[in-house]
Amino acid sequence: MKVVLDHLTKKFPSRNKKGDTVTAVSDFCFEVPDGSLIGLLGPSGCGKSTALNLICGLEKPTSGRIFFGDDDVTNLPPENRGVGLVFQNYALYPHLTVRQNILFPLQNLKGKDRLSKAEMLKKADEAAKLVQIEQLMDRKPSEMSGGQQQRVAIARALVKLPRVLLLDEPLSNLDARLRLQTREEIRRIQRDTGITTIFVTHDQEEAMSISDLIVVMKAGVIQQIGKPQEVYDDPANLFVAKFLGTPPINVFEGRVAGGKLFLGEDEVLRITGVDDQAVWVGVRPEGFIPQEAGPLGCSLAGVEVMGRDTSVVSTHPAAESVSIRSIITAEHRIDRDAETVRFALKPNKVFLFRRDSEERIPFEAV
Amino acid sequence: MENKNWKAWLYLLPAIAFLGVFMVYPLADVLVYSFEEGYNSASQTFFGTGLYNYSYVLHDPYFLQAVKNTFILVIITVPVSTGIALLISLGLNSIRQLRELYQTVFFLPYVTNTLAVGLVFMILFKKTPYSDGMVNLLINWFGGESVDFIDGPYWAKMFVMCFYTVWVVMPFKILILTSALASVRQDYYNAAKIDGTSKWRIFTRITLPMISPMIFYLIITGFIGAFKAYSDEVALFGTDLNAAGMNTIVGYVYDMLYGDSGGYPSYASAAALILFAIVFTITVINLLISRKNVHY
Amino acid sequence: MEYDVIEQRTRRRETLRKTLTYFFLSIWALIVLFPFYWMILSSLKSYSAYNSEYIPKFFTLAPTLQNYRDAFTAVPLSRYFLNTLIFTLVTTALMLVVILFAAFAFARLDFPGKNVVFALFLALMMIPNELVIITNFVTITNWGLRNTFTGLILPSVTSVFYIYLLKENFEQIPDELYKAAKVDGTSDLKYLFKVMLPICQPTMVTITILKIIECWNAYVWPRLITDDEAYFLVSNGIQEIRENGFGRENIPAMMAAVVVISVPLIVLFLIFRKKVMAGVSRGGTKG
Repeated sequence: MKVVLDHLTKKFPSRNKKGDTVTAVSDFCFEVPDGSLIGLLGPSGCGKSTALNLICGLEKPTSGRIFFGDDDVTNLPPENRGVGLVFQNYALYPHLTVRQNILFPLQNLKGKDRLSKAEMLKKADEAAKLVQIEQLMDRKPSEMSGGQQQRVAIARALVKLPRVLLLDEPLSNLDARLRLQTREEIRRIQRDTGITTIFVTHDQEEAMSISDLIVVMKAGVIQQIGKPQEVYDDPANLFVAKFLGTPPINVFEGRVAGGKLFLGEDEVLRITGVDDQAVWVGVRPEGFIPQEAGPLGCSLAGVEVMGRDTSVVSTHPAAESVSIRSIITAEHRIDRDAETVRFALKPNKVFLFRRDSEERIPFEAV
Repeated sequence: MENKNWKAWLYLLPAIAFLGVFMVYPLADVLVYSFEEGYNSASQTFFGTGLYNYSYVLHDPYFLQAVKNTFILVIITVPVSTGIALLISLGLNSIRQLRELYQTVFFLPYVTNTLAVGLVFMILFKKTPYSDGMVNLLINWFGGESVDFIDGPYWAKMFVMCFYTVWVVMPFKILILTSALASVRQDYYNAAKIDGTSKWRIFTRITLPMISPMIFYLIITGFIGAFKAYSDEVALFGTDLNAAGMNTIVGYVYDMLYGDSGGYPSYASAAALILFAIVFTITVINLLISRKNVHY
Repeated sequence: MEYDVIEQRTRRRETLRKTLTYFFLSIWALIVLFPFYWMILSSLKSYSAYNSEYIPKFFTLAPTLQNYRDAFTAVPLSRYFLNTLIFTLVTTALMLVVILFAAFAFARLDFPGKNVVFALFLALMMIPNELVIITNFVTITNWGLRNTFTGLILPSVTSVFYIYLLKENFEQIPDELYKAAKVDGTSDLKYLFKVMLPICQPTMVTITILKIIECWNAYVWPRLITDDEAYFLVSNGIQEIRENGFGRENIPAMMAAVVVISVPLIVLFLIFRKKVMAGVSRGGTKG
């Protein structure tokens, strides 16, 4: 099922009682292709949960429309939309067993949709099998681990075969090891069922690793939509560049003058297509190449060997943060005791942004 | 270290002294009284020991009337008040406007002097030569006959007693149930909504199980409270409850102790211990039932 | 699917449900408020007007304050009032001191037998007042304290439940604060008043309010222990007024007395509404 959001906006009355409003979701327009897995990504408070609530129908939009396929569902109550929602803290009914929890949505169906008891049990078993919890069916939620509860929650959302599956921060309540495992699991379940799935997360790694498309949000406004790698390689603005990638991108105060890019006093690249101006310069950690005569001179602060790669921590007067972190491959050796280290930069890992709007400035390296 | 122990006991001294004199000693004493036959408070003498006091109380028609009244009161008011309180709390939780106002109004009976407001209830229900009273006016409007609820037939008096008791206990129950309902996480309701659960099913399958511990708490405290009913009855029917035929067990205890028919602490003690035994048994039964039915 | 129809039906059902809810809540509000309205209304009617209404009127066009004058002059209402005020204030103040020290000892000090004593305290919570009041009546009578404030006050200056409540609250204060104070050479008593008390002020306020309500409405014990009008509290006073007051069935004057008695607590409640309600939901049933 394709999901289309058309100029979707949600305003809440503000807390300060003056009749002001807070815009949680501002003019959303995007289309989720049928059968894809979409990650809504942004820092907390950016409106991504509100967006999810609008799609499932728990909140009504202030303006704009929502389509599932060709159906306009904007004003439809949630139960008539055919959505499944997995809550951040799972919202499993504590007094019911796993089986009863999974059966719950089926037992709500009425009239011609109503299944016989045997059919319901069969469907519940199928859903349980899909998430691999068949052996836990008679337990209560309090007797299970977080990861198992998560699976039950997914099974409950899937059992009535929703047109769209929504997951709110599905991994945030799990520990690090389970998180890796569960995100693969979500990907697999989504592939197996082919249900269009939208999930919300603040963790960029999580979104990048399993999504077909990611939507990066900030303060209720969509910043960029695209395939994870494309967004990473081609960020639309400084916010997106900073938000994606671990370790994060290194930001410098720089300026363009006469076809040259300066970081502080260091002339690092020759470029064309950009007028002379002060800019923000973002350099991905993997964009640094250690070179004895490299143009960027930094004071070395430390070297951390992480097996395959080496992480070099250094400082530069033009850097926005205290230290610069660069990842270099093992073939380059760094003298740990040296006072300084010099780098050349890979042009495709360097991004320029306007000082005022922080919009990306395209350039060509010469 | 020695010094410190000594200090700690000093801090506890007032509490221990008061509790010792006014709770621990009386507890032992009430048992002793209840077995001392023919105790005379003036001369502080008694004839012998035995179960005569219990047998006297259990054969006293006033006591039996009091037990009957108390049981009827308990059986009617506990379920009725808990049920209405649940409905009201559900209503309160589903609205947003005027909610605080309603909550404030509903709580008012808690902070009123039950004796004082009981007087108002008496006037509303009483039929006098001058006037049939407010409530009878209502009954007449709907085509009924006037009834004297205060000095009239037993069922009418029982009705006022139950009505006033419900009126008095309601604020506490509404308060507890409203906060119990509010503490059920919104996520559960959202999950149910997305699954298209009907309102009735949400109530029976989610809300009720989730607040069942609080409901049982209210039922247990409700039973205990209703068994100790006394001052509400005094407010409605006056201090001579035996004459009105509306005495309660606690009322019987106090009447035996003091007042027109008073001066018999032994009988009072026996009656109080019987009351304690009844309340204790019913509480235990309640707890056993709740252990089976409360879900978590 | 007919989306418009579904949408409309949902909206209509929602409106209906809301209307019914408000209707139902308003009925109960009416039942709660009506006695209050009636007592104020009756207290403003003159004696002759009230008694001439065979069918009671729901309003009065000639309100009078005469009944309030009667209430304070014909019966010693101000005496009852003053007694209750003294009883309430002294009992509450004494109780606060007693429970404060006890809770402090349980929460903060270590001494042999602490857990046993505390368990015994908790066991006392199960004991109903009705069981011990008989002996207390005899005790106070034997001490010759009937018809004195001492006799009225003494049995109610401790409460196991409040000690428990306060102790739980005290224990939430981190140990480090106590250790820090000890390092600075603060005495236990000073720590209690300078650190613990301010931190636990909300609980103290809750307990104070609950105790004041309890004292103001006390009936059974005062009735047993006083038969001299000079020591009546308002509850006994109102019962006395009902049975012997004003020399005749002067209901408007009685209602005036009832209004006067009810007002202080209602005002207290309206001022501390949030605190009272929070306190009651923590602090158990009435009485």
